[in-house]
Amino acid sequence: MPDAAPTSAIDLEATFEASGVGPVLEQLDRELVGLRPVKRRIREVAALLLVDKLRRDLGLHAGQPTLHMSFTGNPGTGKTTVAARMADILHRLGYVRSNHLVSVTRDDLVGQYIGHTAPKTKEILKKAMGGVLFIDEAYYLYRPENERDYGQEAIEILLQVMENRREDLVVILAGYADRMDRFFLSNPGFRSRVAHHIDFPDYGAEELMAIAELMLAGQSYRFSPAARDAFGRYLEARMRQPHFANARSVRNALDRARLRQAVRLFESRGRAITAEDLMTIGPEEILASRVLADGAAGQGQAA
Amino acid sequence: MRITQGTFSFLPDLTDDQIKAQVAYCQGNGWAVNIEFTDDPHPRNTYWDMWGNPMFDLKDPAAVMYELGECRKVHGGRGYIRISAFDASPGWESLRLSFITDRPTEEPGFALERQEGEGRSLRYTTRAYAANKPAGERY
Repeated sequence: MPDAAPTSAIDLEATFEASGVGPVLEQLDRELVGLRPVKRRIREVAALLLVDKLRRDLGLHAGQPTLHMSFTGNPGTGKTTVAARMADILHRLGYVRSNHLVSVTRDDLVGQYIGHTAPKTKEILKKAMGGVLFIDEAYYLYRPENERDYGQEAIEILLQVMENRREDLVVILAGYADRMDRFFLSNPGFRSRVAHHIDFPDYGAEELMAIAELMLAGQSYRFSPAARDAFGRYLEARMRQPHFANARSVRNALDRARLRQAVRLFESRGRAITAEDLMTIGPEEILASRVLADGAAGQGQAA
Repeated sequence: MRITQGTFSFLPDLTDDQIKAQVAYCQGNGWAVNIEFTDDPHPRNTYWDMWGNPMFDLKDPAAVMYELGECRKVHGGRGYIRISAFDASPGWESLRLSFITDRPTEEPGFALERQEGEGRSLRYTTRAYAANKPAGERY
């Protein structure tokens, strides 16, 4: 134990300020609606890394923590969005050396013929080194129905790198909860090497509304008060329908509303249009949706 | 006799950390790094064999160090390994930095050969002692 360690007080606050993590966490809070378990876990990781840094400064032992993660959740719950932020957060915390994110799916890792997979996987891993490797829909890597599938080879290389080169890259696996569970069951090595299993909860109606308004604001649109009410009713109806994909459904609904708004403006081109008109989504755009027309009985794809 | 080609060759051999820092510098400038090896030490031997592909779009020195490690497993101690960095910004790949990272444990050096020409003229040539053996058995 070094001499300086025990007595002198340690300024955690100053270290926190200096790390620049605060703004990142605030931005996360501001720009991502809901996702409480996710934010809590990110805070925990941030705290751990900060304390580790302090310990290292004092000469105490601070092992490199494993930060491989698995994001599970229903469609449209923000897995990919958070993963993209993760690279930035871990970089600010000084855990990864650069803030680049390499986003891949099965196609990028698994080859088409014998001997093709290993170089392909290694190439991707090398590209991701120093940053974060994000494997979307990771369960496709493992295809139990075909025992000669090359996915197994990619998995073995991944596991090896995840274990041996922890200081060089962070791997984030993402996918739908049930399929990821099956994937981990058949690949126990993966389960134990991934330290953080984070579940993304479904959004509530108010959260979806907040997301919709954030999305619109990002594109310089806004709801008129009547449209906001109509959208609330739309969400309620849409959430009861099958194939509801949380924020993704919201985005699609908004895209369609923008289309209808453009058509409405275009057809009323006789009269003068103000900037206000261009920015506002009216209730008729929302009410025209098939989801509301059919009511709760509506089946299949929403229009 | 110690071969001195490329940058840093009059300095003691670079440590891995120093190599890593040089690679990071190259990547920071957007240069493509590649690894080459040879067992022919002649200074006019400019075409070395490449280890794998040039590493164009890598962002981090760890990946290059990994490949260097793989190359050392095969050629370490049995030849020369160098790292070169190419800059594509002029519109073609131009060499910016090249340095030897690994050399054989023993470097026997060169013999000077004199060829007598017409009259009293002499032509000189250098010949690596190592090159007397067939490729692959030199070190």
